[in-house]
Amino acid sequence: MSHSQATDKLMVELRDLNKWYGEFHVLKNINLEVRQGEKIVICGPSGSGKSTMIRCINHLEEHQKGDIIVSDIPLNEDIKNIEAIRKEVGMVFQHFNLFPHLTVLENCVLAPIWVKKMPRKEAEARAMELLERVKIPDQALKYPGQLSGGQQQRVAIARSLCMNPDVMLFDEPTSALDPEMIKEVLDVMIELANEGMTMLCVTHEMGFAKTVADRVIFMDGGQIVEENEPHEFFNNPQHERTQLFLSQILQH
Amino acid sequence: MSSDISNSSHKPDGGPVQPKSPPTDKTKFWNDPKKRSLLFQVLLLSALGFVFYTIIDNTLTNLEQRGITTGFDFLTSEAGFGIAMSLIDYTEASSYGMTFLVGLLNTILIAVMGIFAATILGFILGVARLSDNWLISKFATFYIEIFRNIPLLLQIFFWYFAVLRTLPHPRQSIEFLGSFINNRGFIFPAPVAEDGFGLVVFGFIAAVLGSWIISRWSAKRQERTGQQFPVFLASIGLIVGVPLILFLLSGMPMGLEHPELKGFNFRGGITVIPELIALWLALSIYTAAFIAETVRAGILAVSHGQTEAASALGISKGKTLRLIVIPQAMRVVIPPLTSQYLNLTKNSSLATAIGYPDLVNVFAGTTLNQTGQAIEVIAMTMAVYLTLSLLTSFFMNWYNARIQLTER
Repeated sequence: MSHSQATDKLMVELRDLNKWYGEFHVLKNINLEVRQGEKIVICGPSGSGKSTMIRCINHLEEHQKGDIIVSDIPLNEDIKNIEAIRKEVGMVFQHFNLFPHLTVLENCVLAPIWVKKMPRKEAEARAMELLERVKIPDQALKYPGQLSGGQQQRVAIARSLCMNPDVMLFDEPTSALDPEMIKEVLDVMIELANEGMTMLCVTHEMGFAKTVADRVIFMDGGQIVEENEPHEFFNNPQHERTQLFLSQILQH
Repeated sequence: MSSDISNSSHKPDGGPVQPKSPPTDKTKFWNDPKKRSLLFQVLLLSALGFVFYTIIDNTLTNLEQRGITTGFDFLTSEAGFGIAMSLIDYTEASSYGMTFLVGLLNTILIAVMGIFAATILGFILGVARLSDNWLISKFATFYIEIFRNIPLLLQIFFWYFAVLRTLPHPRQSIEFLGSFINNRGFIFPAPVAEDGFGLVVFGFIAAVLGSWIISRWSAKRQERTGQQFPVFLASIGLIVGVPLILFLLSGMPMGLEHPELKGFNFRGGITVIPELIALWLALSIYTAAFIAETVRAGILAVSHGQTEAASALGISKGKTLRLIVIPQAMRVVIPPLTSQYLNLTKNSSLATAIGYPDLVNVFAGTTLNQTGQAIEVIAMTMAVYLTLSLLTSFFMNWYNARIQLTER
C-alpha cells in the first residue's frame, strides 16, 4: 500500500533505548519514531531484540537507559504512567495468552469492566461488535480451549481492541499457527491496518509487510540495522546483513 | 492360531474382520485369556475368603476362651471417668457411648479449627513466598523450611511443654482485660445474655442480610453502570457496626461472668485448655507450611503469559492475582489441598501424646482399656476417621469438578 494514512502526531517515540539482561546488551541505542496511523513491520534473526523492543513499549520489559514516550506519556517509574500507557497500547502475543478459565466473551469484557469501569452490557455489546469484526461472534460463549489456534488469535486481537487502544503491538502473531490458519489472522490484521490503526508488528510474513507496512525495520544484534519503505527494503536492501537475511527467508 | 484367523475372516455375513478369533475346541482353557483371568480371580477370591474366615474364626474362638462378650452393649454402661474438655454435658456417670460422642466432637473441633487456620495461614505464606519483597519472601521461605522439616509430634511437644506448660501457676496468672493466662489454659469471662440482648442478635442477623443485599446490588450496579463499590469494607462495617450500636443504645444488655480464683484453680468463665491450644497451634502451623508450598506450586503453574496478557490489558497486579491467577491456580491446588486436610484430621490423633481428649485418646484409649472391647472400639474409631476423610474428599472433589477448565 503506497498511500500512507500516517498523520503528524507522534504516537511512539524511543530515544537512545538501551537494555541489558545482566551482562548481555540486548538493545543498543534504539531510536524510533512512530506516527499516528503508521504501520511498522520489524524483522530480523532470532535473538536480535525485536520482541524485547516492542515489549519495552508497554513495560512488559524494563529498559535501563533512554526514553520511551507513548502518546505524550513518558514511561518512567510512575505506576500511574505505566497504567495509562497500557490503556493506550494493545498487545497480541505469539501464544495468544487467552484466559482459559473464562469464555471468549468474558475474556473480551474483563479489562473494560475492571480497568475502564464500563457497564457490563455496554462492554458486552462492544465485545460482540469486535468479535463480529474478527468473524467469530458464534464462538462467544465457548472457552478458548475449544477453539483452533487461528480462532484464538483472532479472539486475542478482539480482546485487545475492546480497550480501544491507540497503538497495537503484535509479537509474532502467526508464528505459533498452522499454515492454513495464518491467512485468517493476517486478514484481520490487514483490515485493522486499513482502518488506520497504528501498528508495530514483529513478523516474518513478508507478504503482509509488502501489503500494509509504511516502513520495514531490520534488526540484528540489538540494533536497528536498516529501515526503509517496503518496496526499497525488499528490492534494494542496502546492508549486507539485510541482504543475507532476505535471501535466506525469501529463497523458498 | 492361523487357522482361527482365516476362519473368522470368512464369515458368511461378510462383516468386518473381528480382531479376536473365537476359541475353537482345540484351544486349551488355560491358554484362553478370558478363561485364564477368570480362573485367577476365582483363586484369589477363595484365598482371600479363607484368610478372612481364619481371622474371624480365630478371634471369636479366642474371645470365647477368655470370656469376653462381643457386641456393642458396653456403650450403654457407665464410663466412670472424667474428661478434661467436653462440648456436651458429660459427667463420670455418663455412658461409654457418651465418651465416644465427646471424643468425636473434640476431634471434629480440632480438625475444623486446624483446617480453618492452616488454610488462611498457608495461602498467605504461599503468596508471600512469591512476593517481590525480599524480606517477605525470605520470611515465608524460612517459616516453611523450618516448620515443614520438624516432626509434628516434636512441634506439639514444643508448644505444650516448652511454651504453654512454662506459663505461671493459676495463682500467678497473667491478667489481661479480665482474662487469665496460666499453665491450666486461657480463662475468659463468659458472656451472659440479659434482657434485650435479642435485639443485638437481631441486629447482627439483619446486618448479615444487609451485606448480602449490598453485594447483590453492587454487582448489579457494576453491570449497569460500571461503578464499583467497596462491598467487603461496607459489609464489615455493617456486621460489626449495627450490632455494636444496638448493643450500646440498649444499655449494654450483657453481663460477664468473671472467672474467680478458688483454691488452686479458677471457677466460672470459659476455659480453653492448653492441650487444645498447643495441638491447634502445632497442627495449623505445620500444615500451613505444606499448604503454602501447594499454593506456590499452583500459582507457578499458571503460565507467565497469563500475567503478561493481563498487564498488557492494564489490569493491576492485585486484580490479576484475584481474577486471573488464583482461579487458574485453584485447579492445581485443590487435589493436594485435600490431602493436606485429610492429613491434618488424621494427625489430630497425636492429641494422645499431650492428653487432649480427642477420639483416640478418650475412646480408643481410656474406654478401650476399661472395657477391653478392642475390636468394637477400634472398628468404631477407624470408621469415624474413614467417614471424616471420605466426607472431606467428597466435598473437595465436588468443588474441584466445579472449577475445572472446559476444553473441547
